[in-house]
Amino acid sequence: MTPTDTAAIRLTDIHKSFGPVLANRGASLEVARGEIHALVGENGAGKSTLMRILSGMYTPDSGRMEVVDGSGVLRDVAGWSTADAIKAGVGMVHQHFMLVPTLTVAENLILGAELTKDGPLRLLDGARAVEQVDALSHRTGLRVNASQLVSQLSVGEAQRVEILKTLYRGARILILDEPTAVLSPPEVAELWQVLRQMRERGETIVLITHKLDEVMSISDTVTVMRHGRTISRLRTAETTPQEIAREMVGRDVVLAGGLRRDAAMGEEVWAVASSRDAAPAGGTSLGQTSFPLPALELRGVSIASARHAEAVRDVGFSVSPGEILGIAGVEGNGQTELIEAIAGLRKLRSGTILLDHHDITNASVRARGDAGLSHIPEDRHARGLILDYTVADNLILGQQHRFARGGFFNSLDGERIAENARRQITAFDIRPDDPILPARALSGGNQQKIVVAREMGRDFRVLLAAQPTRGVDVGAIEFIHAQLLAARAAGKAILLVSADLSEILALSDRIAVMYGGRFVVVMPRAKASEEVLGPYMTGAERAA
Amino acid sequence: MTMTSPELSQNPKDTAGAGRTISRATASAHLREALLPSLIALLVAAIVGDILIVVFGQSPGAVYRLLIEGTWGNSYGFGQVLYKATTLTFTGLAIAFALRAGLFNIGAESQLAAGGFMAAIVGLVLPAGLPWIVMLPIYLAAAAFGGGIVGWIAGELKARFGAHEVITTIMLNFIVLALLSYLTSAHLKVPETLHTVEIHSGALPRLSDFIPAFHGSAANLVMVIAILACVAAWWYLFRTRRGFELRAVGLQPEAAEYGGVRPGVVWTRAMTISGAIAGLGGLNFVLGYKHYYEEGFAGGAGFLGIAVALVGGTHPLGVALAALLFATISQGGLAVNALVPKQFVEVLQAVVIIAVAVSVPEVRRILRAQRRTE
Repeated sequence: MTPTDTAAIRLTDIHKSFGPVLANRGASLEVARGEIHALVGENGAGKSTLMRILSGMYTPDSGRMEVVDGSGVLRDVAGWSTADAIKAGVGMVHQHFMLVPTLTVAENLILGAELTKDGPLRLLDGARAVEQVDALSHRTGLRVNASQLVSQLSVGEAQRVEILKTLYRGARILILDEPTAVLSPPEVAELWQVLRQMRERGETIVLITHKLDEVMSISDTVTVMRHGRTISRLRTAETTPQEIAREMVGRDVVLAGGLRRDAAMGEEVWAVASSRDAAPAGGTSLGQTSFPLPALELRGVSIASARHAEAVRDVGFSVSPGEILGIAGVEGNGQTELIEAIAGLRKLRSGTILLDHHDITNASVRARGDAGLSHIPEDRHARGLILDYTVADNLILGQQHRFARGGFFNSLDGERIAENARRQITAFDIRPDDPILPARALSGGNQQKIVVAREMGRDFRVLLAAQPTRGVDVGAIEFIHAQLLAARAAGKAILLVSADLSEILALSDRIAVMYGGRFVVVMPRAKASEEVLGPYMTGAERAA
Repeated sequence: MTMTSPELSQNPKDTAGAGRTISRATASAHLREALLPSLIALLVAAIVGDILIVVFGQSPGAVYRLLIEGTWGNSYGFGQVLYKATTLTFTGLAIAFALRAGLFNIGAESQLAAGGFMAAIVGLVLPAGLPWIVMLPIYLAAAAFGGGIVGWIAGELKARFGAHEVITTIMLNFIVLALLSYLTSAHLKVPETLHTVEIHSGALPRLSDFIPAFHGSAANLVMVIAILACVAAWWYLFRTRRGFELRAVGLQPEAAEYGGVRPGVVWTRAMTISGAIAGLGGLNFVLGYKHYYEEGFAGGAGFLGIAVALVGGTHPLGVALAALLFATISQGGLAVNALVPKQFVEVLQAVVIIAVAVSVPEVRRILRAQRRTE
């Protein structure tokens, strides 16, 4: 344990419930001054609740909260407000950016504390704002252009602005909620560098994350939470990813692969790799031609979106039965549009889509589903689930015509819906196993299991898996990955899109990189690595 | 195996009949969730009402006693409550039905009028003296068609051009009511009046034909049709594939689209059915009461239907109960006039509407969705 006098944050035995849900039941956290502290745990473990309590958004039901003040003394802050927290130098950077796109970087930073000129009109002092932001940017190493519009920033830059905003308000303790979810590898490396610099200046950082490689590469100390309780507090240098994963899930987790030296970044990176890495005779070494005829084929597909006339430009590829084609790339480079077009949710500008050699370019969503297309959509809350519908009803979404009795009334067959729910809940271990709960009541991992069960628990030929493990816990990731590999073994063709490069590398037989709406490169898994793919993802390199 | 308790379904080994249990438990959960905000809203309205009554120097007890006596307390008053509730059930149900598809139908007023008008036209064309039992299906079809076509226009405009249904239904109110007014006054009306000539076929039995005590009140057989419409709407919404898809579109159009549903088709269909339900309400006046079409007979029932739908939690059963409540308040206004101004009940209705508007999830969801699309 860290000696008492160096603690920046000490939360002891925090309890917090939302109605019948116990989000925190005896959670504790001790963070030393000037360290990077990783807070890990499965979805629904209570990490975010605990951090929202710390930043004053929630009031705990009971427990002690102490945070260091300006003079270095731990002060009891139980039940403070967000304003109190900001005043005391505790700032939280949320997963979703809270920036005004039509304002400049500087204007976003001063929002709520606008600088004004003297005089009766109290005019805004734009020049001084830019000056101050530039100075802060220079001091922290967070490079931004203060007079640029936020709408023109890349995701990485927007995140830098979020961090700057927190620092501008005087944060000395920075809480980051899954900051790397939307970043490309070079942007992640850059973020780590900034965090390390902040640590050197004595600032304290709490990092909420799912990703064990991040824990290993950046943190000094790890706190693991499970079911609302703090399970353990470990020194990163003295632990292993396996141990952390075990603590998170409460049992041994199969993470094939191991720690390897990342020469380019000069740090150890934990990679979740599939067992096929160790078995070069696997699918990756097969040439594409040795696969049977493609199950899914796209020819010259271009797609328009609201923002781009050509969100996807002239993309053509095929996926064969028993093959996983992984599409890597920073989000927003056309992956969403591509998947939605294949699923029938978006019109093509030009091109052809073939499913088992049948032209489905103009087929309806339902016809595609009936032809053997399954789709795990990237946003389960917007598309994949109807949150107010029960688990049982969600398990038939898109299949409802198969559960109707037909005839004039075409009523739904409650018996078969219930039977289907029971079967899927058991097969895919959806918890709690109550089919009449609304989907909204389930944790993120279990919600995703509903989607996976519905799409993979039926007969299908081709699976579109878009961000299949986004925001789900380690146990569910393991489960979903096993399902994908089993489907591959059963001869299904799978198109996998993921912002998580380690996931792409772990599962794919071939890997394509999307940048600016194009496939900039397609390569067999054996040739791919983070270092190889990184430059393509940022557009720095493209295949001829 | 009889399944009466939702708890039974929590036993996963319990297989036979579990499907029924699931749907039953969900249905009762739907209703409970739907009606809770309404009960709170009524409590708030009661408190505001008390304060108002005290301000007028009266005792709340006395006023409410008078209100109950004038409505549920005697058979004429009760008959009038039932008559008013019948029209409100149709308009409330129409609006609730559209709300389930995520659509705010403000056009029930003109759909109601169009339904009544079409029924009257059919009545004028058909030979006199035919018994109601033969005529009823024709009148039902005519009224549903009249309202349905007005609803269909708004639905189609939304599905095809993305025109917002709130705007189009409000505008259609003006257009349709003006059109009906023109047709009535230029071609159909009895001189010196605002109504058509009397229909001599298919007049529906009144409640007083069965129970003489209701003599003088307008309550009639359309009441039964209103109850059947509620049951049918409930069945459609919660038991059929199309209802499953309609509610999916109402909750999350993107997810419904993902599930193979075309939201545009559902919007058109839902608005057409909604308009048809409102149109059926026209029979209450035209066939059940006056036996002619009269300009302005809708009398705001289309707009009060919005409140009925919201207080009823957009659930068909809740709508029927809410219609009774609003009919009671409306009829009670006449009874309490001696103690407090009759506008008192209008204030009471307004308070209920405001309290419900802030507490009903449908309204909040629609406002949220509106903000998102902006």
